[in-house]
This record gives sequence, C-alpha cells and structure tokens, in this order.
Amino acid sequence: MDVVVKTKIETIISEHDVVLFMKGTSNMPQCGFSSRVAGILNFLQVNFKDVNVLEDDEIRQGIKDFSDWPTIPQLYVKNAFVGGSDIITEMTMSGELDQLFTEKNVSFSQDAATKIREENS
Amino acid sequence: MAISAEKLKALIKKKFPEADIEVIDTAGDSNHYSAIITAQEFRGKSRVEQHKLVYKALEGAMDGNNGVLHALALQTKIK
Repeated sequence: MDVVVKTKIETIISEHDVVLFMKGTSNMPQCGFSSRVAGILNFLQVNFKDVNVLEDDEIRQGIKDFSDWPTIPQLYVKNAFVGGSDIITEMTMSGELDQLFTEKNVSFSQDAATKIREENS
Repeated sequence: MAISAEKLKALIKKKFPEADIEVIDTAGDSNHYSAIITAQEFRGKSRVEQHKLVYKALEGAMDGNNGVLHALALQTKIK
C-alpha cells in the first residue's frame, strides 16, 4: 500500500477518537451497512469522524489493506480497528461496545445503549 | 457479479471441514448473503479474527471493486 495513503489513514485515526470509514456521510449514508453503524453511533450520541470512502478511491482501497478487512464500513476507536457492520451490531447487542467505549473514555449515552438492547431483544 | 450459494458454501467448507454452515441468499440476487458458521477453529479468537478467517476462506471473492460478492452478513459461533 502506498505510504502516502497509509500516512493519510494513520493521521485521520490518530486525530479523532472515533472514526467511521463509510459509504456516504453520517447524515447521508449511501449503503445499508454503513447506515446501520452510523445510526448506532448517532443513537448512542457518540461523537465520531465520518470518512466518506466514495469520495476518495485511494482511501476506499487503502483502508481494506490497512486493516486487512475487505469491506466497508470500518470502525476505529482510539487508533484501533474494531469491526464492520456485523461485529458492531453484535457488540452493541452484547454490551461489549459500551464496555469498549467506557474503557477507552469515549463518551456515549448508557441509557440509549440499554434502550437499543431492550427494543431489540 | 454473483456467486452461487453452493460455491460460497464449498469455499467455506474447504477451510472449515467440520463446521456447520448455513448460507442464505438474502436478496435473491446471488450477491447479498448471510452466513452462520459454527466451527471449532474460532475457539480462542476475537470476533475480528474469526471473521478474517472466513474472509480468507473466500479467496478474494469479496475483495475490491471486482469482488464477486457484494455483501456477506456474517455470524460466527464456536463449536
């Protein structure tokens, strides 16, 4: 992978606590899977940086090499890759996402997290 | 660009011979699948590692813009 792209990605994920590489933007997602993760983060009132890979082909391919993960969206918390849509959904339902945010000092709404589980159980 | 359910299942079976594999064509277009895989190979691995094992089994079927498979909703369980 091109070092320029790698540096670009490293900069983005180090400058923001929570970064979502997605198709579209937080309020205009353009793919169901991206929309689901952005929706979860918004509902949990997590402050995150959305990176629209549809606007940057270099990042769109580079991020897959960077994390060795073939799909978009990709969620990063404090510089670390957490998962794609399936994993974030599972972690939301199991409470692991709450735990991760708490451990990493990322503010979120505990009430909203509990509500998601109640409504989907 | 599409892949048959049988081919997808065979690719997974090749890497997880004793796994229970359920493949569902969620959009009826051979392009959007969901799969539930229960395998002992996942024991002791994080979810990301488990899913990466499955993606590797697909031998590039999902990779890049020429990947034959657009979406695979994945659920992995430990046998």
